[in-house]
Amino acid sequence: MWLSLGVAAAATLASVVIGTFLAWLLAGGDFKGKCVIEAIVELPLLLPPTVIGYYLLVIAADGSPLGRLYASLAGKPLLYSWQAAVVASVLYAAPWFVKSIQPAFEAIHREHGPTARGLGASRCRFFFYVALPLAAGQLAAASLLVFVRSMAEFGATLMAAGNLPGKTQTLSVAVYDAVSRADGAAARNLTLIASLAALAALYAARKLRTQRAVS
Amino acid sequence: MQAQIRRIFTPRIGSDGFVLDVSISVGSGISALFGPQRAGKSATLEAIAGLMVPDEGRIEVDGEIWFDARSRVNLAPHRRSCCFVPAGSGLFPHMTLKENLLFSAGCRRMSRLERHRRAAEVLECFALEAEAGRYPGEVSGSARLRAVLARAVIARPRLLLLDETARNLDAPLRNELYQWLRRIRDFAAANIILATSSPQDCFEVCDQVFLLVAGKVVQAGAPQQVWSHPATVEAARALGGFNLLEARIVGLDPVRKTSRLALGPTELTGPYFPGRLLGDRVTLCLRPAELSARPAAGPASPNRITLRLERVLDLPHAVRLSFEGGIDVEMSHAEYDEHRHHREWAVEFPTASMRVL
Repeated sequence: MWLSLGVAAAATLASVVIGTFLAWLLAGGDFKGKCVIEAIVELPLLLPPTVIGYYLLVIAADGSPLGRLYASLAGKPLLYSWQAAVVASVLYAAPWFVKSIQPAFEAIHREHGPTARGLGASRCRFFFYVALPLAAGQLAAASLLVFVRSMAEFGATLMAAGNLPGKTQTLSVAVYDAVSRADGAAARNLTLIASLAALAALYAARKLRTQRAVS
Repeated sequence: MQAQIRRIFTPRIGSDGFVLDVSISVGSGISALFGPQRAGKSATLEAIAGLMVPDEGRIEVDGEIWFDARSRVNLAPHRRSCCFVPAGSGLFPHMTLKENLLFSAGCRRMSRLERHRRAAEVLECFALEAEAGRYPGEVSGSARLRAVLARAVIARPRLLLLDETARNLDAPLRNELYQWLRRIRDFAAANIILATSSPQDCFEVCDQVFLLVAGKVVQAGAPQQVWSHPATVEAARALGGFNLLEARIVGLDPVRKTSRLALGPTELTGPYFPGRLLGDRVTLCLRPAELSARPAAGPASPNRITLRLERVLDLPHAVRLSFEGGIDVEMSHAEYDEHRHHREWAVEFPTASMRVL
């Protein structure tokens, strides 16, 4: 459970940072290569999680350049570690985060972009002083949902991080494991926790969005 | 300020191609870029503000070059001493009025102390001290308008560029805007360029008008001069409110200083038109208020055409009668009430008012 929370928290943090940057970039208007970036961002949404897991296995394998780089920096291989579960969750959740935040940034660009540019504001100043505060509610709501989504990630995590109890076994993998072992009580308890967490996150996200709309 | 701006906008899905080719020399005071939609008013302001890069041209303000295509000079927007207020520009809703002002000051690299000192000064000037700590949604429309203007002038721009700022304002707010613009001109020493499609804006506050049509300046001058003497048919159409009638010169008498114009089957006597030749096709340009109309009765007299009344429009100051052939005449309510039951009217073309384009 704690491992799941930790993995989901790390994945959410990474997804929010990467996703916010990508959403801001894509919402800022047309530029060369935008279609390509958009396609790459959306690809994980369409691919089966096991395919994402397979890509991770190939890209982060011990012999691959990325695997070697990670091993030289962290002193251990990426695959079959909790960090691999974080990467798998990020690949799964970040595109979803981008897609939910991008319309909010586009609306802010449309409504306040010309005013800010007219005042002489740089893109950076506009982002930090105008866009980020105005999209804060949406960002918080999307972050909550990404957190739950990360907890629910299964296929890619299982392939890239494995199923090592206490080491890489996340909540969703544990449910699968419990069902495989015909441990009905454990499966029920874990399912209940996952469902309650999702319900709470959905409720909180809706509240955040409504508050923002009212204010 | 002098600006020559040329930019070709290529056709895209949802928008036709457009060529902006504008040359303006703006004096001190308030100037207007007046014209219909898609005349290039906003694009011109954006180019001056540095938000749109022209393909060719040069923009020079008080001896400082902001843009020169030949020498590849293109100052960044924040380095140009101007502030552009786009159409529909509002305050940032999550900032108080004072924070809005500080945001604007911060864009111009003012020190923190200077920013706060200037904000206090501008808040006082625009009578916004009481509302400084409030959010835009909590203050009146008047305070929001003043805050938008205060935010624009906080960094002491040399040029204030306003794009259709008066468009969505009701009459009292519009009048308030005019008052503040005059104050900014007189006390803040900022030159103002206003993009507008409202003649009222031009007459209320502008010292100079540039009439734009399809990306080109077709006439420039004082508002009264532009509206009373449109230079071309294109200008008259853009200004609106003129009777533009196709005619042919059939007689010229330089001694009596008269001319004869054939307007369809009718001949009218007009003033002598220097530079025109017999047989020239011209466009007769007359304001509806310059024509007069009476019920058609009795013998025909010179410069009167009998026409059928098609439509009557009540205006605040007069009644506009629309006749067949697209001729409009304006007269007082009292005068119209006296003859309102007539369908056939004799429209008189006063010789002295006749202009040809």
